[in-house]
Amino acid sequence: MFKLLDGPQTLGRGRTFWSCFLIVLAAALVYPIFADSYDVGNFSYFLIWIFMALGLCLMWGYGGMLSFGQTFFFGIAGYAYGVLAINMGGGSTTIAALVLSIIIAMVAAGILGYFMIWGGINGIFFGIVTLSATLVLAFFLGQTAGPEWHIGPARLNGFNGMKGMDPLAIGDFYIEGSALYYVMVALIVIVYIALRVLVNSRIGNVIVATRENPQRAEMLGYDVRKYQLLTFVIGSGLAGLSGALYTSWGQFITPSSIGLPAAAMPIVWVAFSGRSDLTATLVGAFLLLFGFQTITVYSQQVALVLMGTLLLVTVMLAPQGFVLGVGKLVADRWTAGRRRDATAALPDAGRLQSDGT
Amino acid sequence: MSAELFSVFYQFADVFAFLILSAAGLAIVFGMMGVINMAHGEFIMCGAYVTVGLVKLGVPLAIAQGLAALTAALAGVVVEFLIVRRFYKRPLDSLLATWGLSLIVTQSMLLIVGSSITGIGTPEGSFAIGDYTFSTYRLVLFACAVAVLIGLYVTFMKTRFGVMARATMQNAAMAKALGARTGRIYAISFGIGAGLAGLCGALYAPTMTLIPTMGATFVVESFVTVVVGGANVLLGTAPAAVFLAMIRMALNASYGQIIGQIGMLFAVILIIRVLPEGLSSVLVRRGR
Repeated sequence: MFKLLDGPQTLGRGRTFWSCFLIVLAAALVYPIFADSYDVGNFSYFLIWIFMALGLCLMWGYGGMLSFGQTFFFGIAGYAYGVLAINMGGGSTTIAALVLSIIIAMVAAGILGYFMIWGGINGIFFGIVTLSATLVLAFFLGQTAGPEWHIGPARLNGFNGMKGMDPLAIGDFYIEGSALYYVMVALIVIVYIALRVLVNSRIGNVIVATRENPQRAEMLGYDVRKYQLLTFVIGSGLAGLSGALYTSWGQFITPSSIGLPAAAMPIVWVAFSGRSDLTATLVGAFLLLFGFQTITVYSQQVALVLMGTLLLVTVMLAPQGFVLGVGKLVADRWTAGRRRDATAALPDAGRLQSDGT
Repeated sequence: MSAELFSVFYQFADVFAFLILSAAGLAIVFGMMGVINMAHGEFIMCGAYVTVGLVKLGVPLAIAQGLAALTAALAGVVVEFLIVRRFYKRPLDSLLATWGLSLIVTQSMLLIVGSSITGIGTPEGSFAIGDYTFSTYRLVLFACAVAVLIGLYVTFMKTRFGVMARATMQNAAMAKALGARTGRIYAISFGIGAGLAGLCGALYAPTMTLIPTMGATFVVESFVTVVVGGANVLLGTAPAAVFLAMIRMALNASYGQIIGQIGMLFAVILIIRVLPEGLSSVLVRRGR
């Protein structure tokens, strides 16, 4: 178990890293005691998007599949949660709606992924097809304003979006405020640990091998298509988790959270953070969301211009990602200082540099 | 009867012109140069805004459209020099960089110009065949699309610049060794691509509402057309547009816009499956 947590595919290991992890976790757990409820609600809002970023990191950084479809599955699960929650009534059934909507997103990813991966669509075409699907879904939902567009009592409402679904609840107890915050923190810890175990396991090694060289992985006897499909379904399912949580959090969802520029956001977070590592993505996505939300309060356009600039600057100056670069620098200093042994620093630095996609 | 027939042709010509004009610039930039230009839609937007701005200042429409295409071409050369130049060997990074650029441009336009400006209206003029009336401007667009196709073919197949450009795209090092100024050729090619995108925006400016995010409506169609066309863009783009226009037109007529779009998407996935190299690979094989 510990071997899988500290395996070769993830940065950050040993006592120092996990102590830091526990300190951050402890700080996150006591945070609601000191902050007012408005800030706690905002924090839950940032945490919603982390799953989507981690999913993209898995697909793009580890699997080498640049999917522009994160908001596609976000939207499918978000709308599915709304439709299910309205149709099945509130209370504990909302938990079932959450689980079902993620399953729906994963089934959708399975179908789309099957056609693309078995169809030999890869590289840039993968991006173009997923982006097209995303924009078509946004366009489709945008024109569902009429009363004929409804599923049971749930009206899709076109561009204004769907509203009126219940938030997550257990019986009469609505999961909101700090309860929602704790659920989010717990989910993030579970997803993060599970993904670490996944990428360091046998399956993860095949996923990375496929990214490095699909032909070679195939020659070694692996059906790379199955592994790619698995990666795509998990990554998209995480986007679905974000979508369902988002709808539950705000009790509404609109097509604009699917189309452009929303579809570009996960790419910006992951590219800026460093796509080849889960921890870097976790930290970077959180920082960016925090910054973005702070600026959006004043002007959404300015915030988006900054996001675009960040993406451009990242690609031009630090194609591996800023957070990853800074993290590695700190780790290098730390190990060099402690062991006075420069050569031992980060044995897998070479792997990260040779990352082609 | 002939009126119905012409009506079918008219609808086909409309979709065909849209696909060709929006894809022509990308055919050069993506199809030939291999730069995945996500800011393609923003060059289209640039052409449209410049056209409308000039017409409001009193410049005649045709001249304004020409100037708009030129402006977009100049913007293209600048973008090539500042950004795209670094990414010829890293196509996926070119995608990210141009996507960043696209975000910056659209959102800045929203900040500066606002969410929409008043349009200039489609040029008057229509003609009637049988019981149907048709807008003349749509046929002008079709004529422009055909002219662009011919112009591209002549430029890249019959001129000295075209030969050098194709040599550079195939093997830059070799072309450089033979004395071609590859840096300049890349810049000019990108400029032509951006200029054609600007022309597309200029030509469609009178027919649509101008919003800073209008580029997104063109981007999917243009990428899809170039991808279906395949590696040899000079041969592939036109048949790809014919093929997609027929699918789109048939579905639009019977089921409406949205099914038309979804159907086109499925057709594209199917084509990449059957012909990974695009339609032009079949044509080239036949030609030999």
